[in-house]
Amino acid sequence: MPEASADTVALDTKMTSRDVKVHYGDKLALKGVDLEFRTNEVTALIGPSGCGKSTFLRCLNRMNDTIGIARVSGQVTLDNDHIYGPNGIDPVLLRMRVGMVFQKPNPFPKSLYDNVAFGPRIHGLYRDKDHLDEIVTKALEKAGLWHEVKDRLYEKGTGISGGQQQRLCIARAIAVSPEVILMDEPCSALDPIATAKVEELIDELRENFTIVIVTHSMQQAARVSQRTAFFHLGEVIEVGDTEQIFTAPTQQLTQGYITGRFG
Amino acid sequence: MPTIGEQHIVKSYDDEMKRLHDALARMAGLAEAQLAASIEALEKRDSDIATQVMNSDYKVDECEHFINEQTVRLLALRAPVADDLRLVISALKAAGDIERIADHAANAAKRSLVLNQMPTVAPMRSLVRMGKLVAELLNEVLDAFLAHDAERALAVRSRDQEVDDLYSSLFREILTYMMEDPRTITACSHLMFIAKNIERVGDHATNIAEMTYFISTGRALNDQRPKRDTSAFEGAVTP
Repeated sequence: MPEASADTVALDTKMTSRDVKVHYGDKLALKGVDLEFRTNEVTALIGPSGCGKSTFLRCLNRMNDTIGIARVSGQVTLDNDHIYGPNGIDPVLLRMRVGMVFQKPNPFPKSLYDNVAFGPRIHGLYRDKDHLDEIVTKALEKAGLWHEVKDRLYEKGTGISGGQQQRLCIARAIAVSPEVILMDEPCSALDPIATAKVEELIDELRENFTIVIVTHSMQQAARVSQRTAFFHLGEVIEVGDTEQIFTAPTQQLTQGYITGRFG
Repeated sequence: MPTIGEQHIVKSYDDEMKRLHDALARMAGLAEAQLAASIEALEKRDSDIATQVMNSDYKVDECEHFINEQTVRLLALRAPVADDLRLVISALKAAGDIERIADHAANAAKRSLVLNQMPTVAPMRSLVRMGKLVAELLNEVLDAFLAHDAERALAVRSRDQEVDDLYSSLFREILTYMMEDPRTITACSHLMFIAKNIERVGDHATNIAEMTYFISTGRALNDQRPKRDTSAFEGAVTP
């Protein structure tokens, strides 16, 4: 089959999790999650509120470290390197390689330019001013925002529309050239047009990045992802190709959830 | 703790799915009755029944129209997924098959009016036997479809061979009859078309059986059902 070789390339595993458990104090929030994320694919994590999908997403770049009562066990790897444990990747470096976009757009109260330049500056990723300009321009272009903001780069990042702010946050995330982008309900605060722009962006970004997205919108998961994992009560109930999950899920729980018979 | 239920959280969604199912059940019942009546009209040479079948075809068309609208509505407003999606898509496709089935029944009834003006021809007995078999299979497959019973539907599907066998032998019987007595050619030609109508009903029933399998499993049936209708090769030179 001629497609076979292309498939093998596309199916490279970028990140894996093995038996990942998270305790919040005494409460076991994640009960041992095994998942793989493939290069150049969008994986959607779906499930009811409190099922652990955001908790799991935050394990992938050690964001749970910032929550005092959270304890993470199990293994997470990025390109076969462990991200937890004594030999784990340095968290600062890890978060550069695994970027994150949050539910509500959270631009810094700085100029648009400074928002995007923030990461490259603290990580020292540029040679000179021209190089930094180039990084900022490219990131804004990739985020589909350049034409809308190129004449107002020195205005406040908080002064643009919500949809533009979210794309600014995506530009800020990609300015440090991450390998993986985690998105936690990136469109839940956006209108349908801004949502469509972000979804189109996700589709384009897939060429260069591995993307993991948490979403409450079944239709969004169906539209943007190639793989879908369904979480319930801290466990992965089913993971598979998005098309299969939405046409013929194998688990009753998955079917009940996606069809809205879950109550 | 959330559990999965039989019903959707949004009750009106269930109501709309039920309306779709009810319309299909009504359409299926009408088509069954139309086919049974057209065969009765043939068997009894009853022109009144035949006329009634022809005049009732619009009811099946109305059902199809409603089902088409209802599926478009469900797809647009509810964006169904998983088993809901399979049900809605199958309803749309099955309605098309059922409408064709009713058309074939009406066509058979129309030709039976012409046949009633001529002397009876012998192959009519075989035709009625084939018609009754197809009507039986159709009832069975529609019941299975409405109950989402794939096993039962596939059992019916495998019996479509019997229809094909009957059709092939009927075809030869009619040819023989026409050769023996050319005065019967007009009647026999009508008979041949009716036989084809009934044989087509069997094929549509097979489609519905395959859709039942799709509803239950989410997979298309890939195996090729053996085709034993050999009438297409009748008279051809065998290599």
